[in-house]
Amino acid sequence: MIFHNLHIRCSLLLLIFLSAHSLWARTWTVCPSCENSSLKETIKSADAHDTLLILKGTYREFDILIDKPLLIKGVNYPIIDGEKKGEILRVQADNVTLDGLFIINVGVSYTKDNAAIRVVRSKHFLIQNMVLEQLFFGIYLEKSSLGKVYHNRIIGEAVDEYNSGNGIQLWYSTDIEVRKNHVQGTRDGIYLEFSDNINITENVSMDNLRYGLHFMFSNHDTYTHNIFENNGAGVAVMFSKFITMKNNTFHKNWGTAAYGMLLKEINDAEIIGNVFKENTIGINIEGSNRIHYIGNDFIGNGWAIRVIGACYTNRFKGNNFLYNSFDISYNSKLNDNVFEGNFWSSYTGYDLDKDGIGDVPYRPVKLFSYVVNRTPETIVLLRSLFMDIIDFSERVSPVFTPDNLMDAQPLMKIRS
Amino acid sequence: MLKILKYSFYDLIRSRWSYVYFLFYLVLGFVLLFLNNDVSKAVITLMNVIIVLVPLIGTIFGVMYYYNSREFTELLLAQPIDRNSIFMGQYFGVAGSLTLSLVLGLGTPFVLYGLFRSNAIFDFSLLLVTGAFLTFIFVGLSFVIAISNENKIKGFGYAVLIWLFLAVVYDGLFLMSLILFEEYPLDTFSLVATMLNPIDLSRILILLKLDISALLGYTGAIFKKFFGTDLGFFISIATLFMWTLLPILGLRYKAQKKDF
Repeated sequence: MIFHNLHIRCSLLLLIFLSAHSLWARTWTVCPSCENSSLKETIKSADAHDTLLILKGTYREFDILIDKPLLIKGVNYPIIDGEKKGEILRVQADNVTLDGLFIINVGVSYTKDNAAIRVVRSKHFLIQNMVLEQLFFGIYLEKSSLGKVYHNRIIGEAVDEYNSGNGIQLWYSTDIEVRKNHVQGTRDGIYLEFSDNINITENVSMDNLRYGLHFMFSNHDTYTHNIFENNGAGVAVMFSKFITMKNNTFHKNWGTAAYGMLLKEINDAEIIGNVFKENTIGINIEGSNRIHYIGNDFIGNGWAIRVIGACYTNRFKGNNFLYNSFDISYNSKLNDNVFEGNFWSSYTGYDLDKDGIGDVPYRPVKLFSYVVNRTPETIVLLRSLFMDIIDFSERVSPVFTPDNLMDAQPLMKIRS
Repeated sequence: MLKILKYSFYDLIRSRWSYVYFLFYLVLGFVLLFLNNDVSKAVITLMNVIIVLVPLIGTIFGVMYYYNSREFTELLLAQPIDRNSIFMGQYFGVAGSLTLSLVLGLGTPFVLYGLFRSNAIFDFSLLLVTGAFLTFIFVGLSFVIAISNENKIKGFGYAVLIWLFLAVVYDGLFLMSLILFEEYPLDTFSLVATMLNPIDLSRILILLKLDISALLGYTGAIFKKFFGTDLGFFISIATLFMWTLLPILGLRYKAQKKDF
């Protein structure tokens, strides 16, 4: 009886102990002088849902595989140095959280896309407060979903396109939030390929070699409140559908082949409330249909909007066009796009009935921009008196530019 | 020659028109800077004014001065003075005083608005240098025209025509030929065509120094490759010198030959 009782009590205790073990996950502390000095070894011995606290120090490790749900948290930004040997962290499990690590020296390879952090076929991951430097690819999400990339700092030193990687790359990934990251000096700041339902907000992408943000074959994505500055081109949106672009700033993407935004084969998108300031070309549009451009500000660009061809049923409403060298450039005589209720700083009409809408339509396409489209060499006549004179005469009676391309209701006052 | 130069110069400095010209640039400079308060932006706007107005004013002023001072010239010719020094003196007097008005008129507001503290100082000096060149070139051209034509109306007409041709018509012909031969490589052609017109040359020289040159795209890259190098810059300044020298030589030749 006693023995029996003891047996029950023992097994009860064991049960409690076991359940406690699985309910309250263990915390492992890793530091260079601790018992656990290696990340790889500690991850191996940890159980699912454990926490790893990485203390300050330098860990020279690469190809670290995380294959179980873990919370890996750095204290005071411990350095993980890949010594340029290859990939550094590879996540291959659901529910992994990475927080507060400083990862440097990703191996550059011409055959493998080595990344500082690669997430493969995983769900519910959270990558936050990471600092990545001297990298090839930064954060590479591969066939993953329902995760969050939050408040990371990615600083590359890319010089040439062929041997540099992207800051944050999403490949066949869905339902991911990319928020408050800072990416600079990489090839493409943020790159999406075959990735749907992605939400990109409040990021800063600057000084990247190619594009600040790049979409390829990705649909139903949203990006808002981002800043794209001084990139080869701010944002390139290509072969994608249903993209929403709101309240972003495109600034100083300035150079002989630079764009604020490059649209190619984009359908059914919304471009609302963005600011395009001091870009060589604000928006370059090619083969894009049914796009709404509403309430954007185009300030001091070379070309505010350059339409290259095959763009139909687009609507430009309530935008401000301020002090651009060319407001709209168009290369065909056919126009199927609607311009209405925009403010044009070079509008010289009048408003007799005082309803805030100019009584004379505004024609935004200058003859000069038409001529330049036809023969690019004629740009050497930029700002010559002759060009001003023929622009004026074309504006009075259009011959070469599409005569229905006009804003019939130009605003008299700037839309605030 | 120096004495006559001095006389012409002081005569003009005291004249109302020099003041008007000076005040015009002074007001223009202040208004531009007041409106956008950014020295480098104001330089761009100023460029448009300089490449159109400076040649026009140089032309008109030159012709006017020559015809107005004709009696005085004849008086001087009766004295034992070298013909060359009479006309050269007058020419440099006019061109010099116009340049002075330009430099002081534009320089004052820009210096007051902190030109020395901004990095636009080089662009601005280039603007003034090309402005000075254009003044000398167009005053020279107008003197040649005036000395060749006894008839004042004709002289004025030709002078305005030559300004119109170089400022407007030339660019039209340039544009036509670019469009006509668009199938051919046009880089060298457009470079040469730009060099042959002092107004176009000044415009491109200034444009390339400004931010706006990025708009020129591929063609701009070729121009930048040429004008951006020391050799290209030297060649273009040399061309402007040539342009200044040509009317002066013409003036000397005409002055020697002319029977008053």
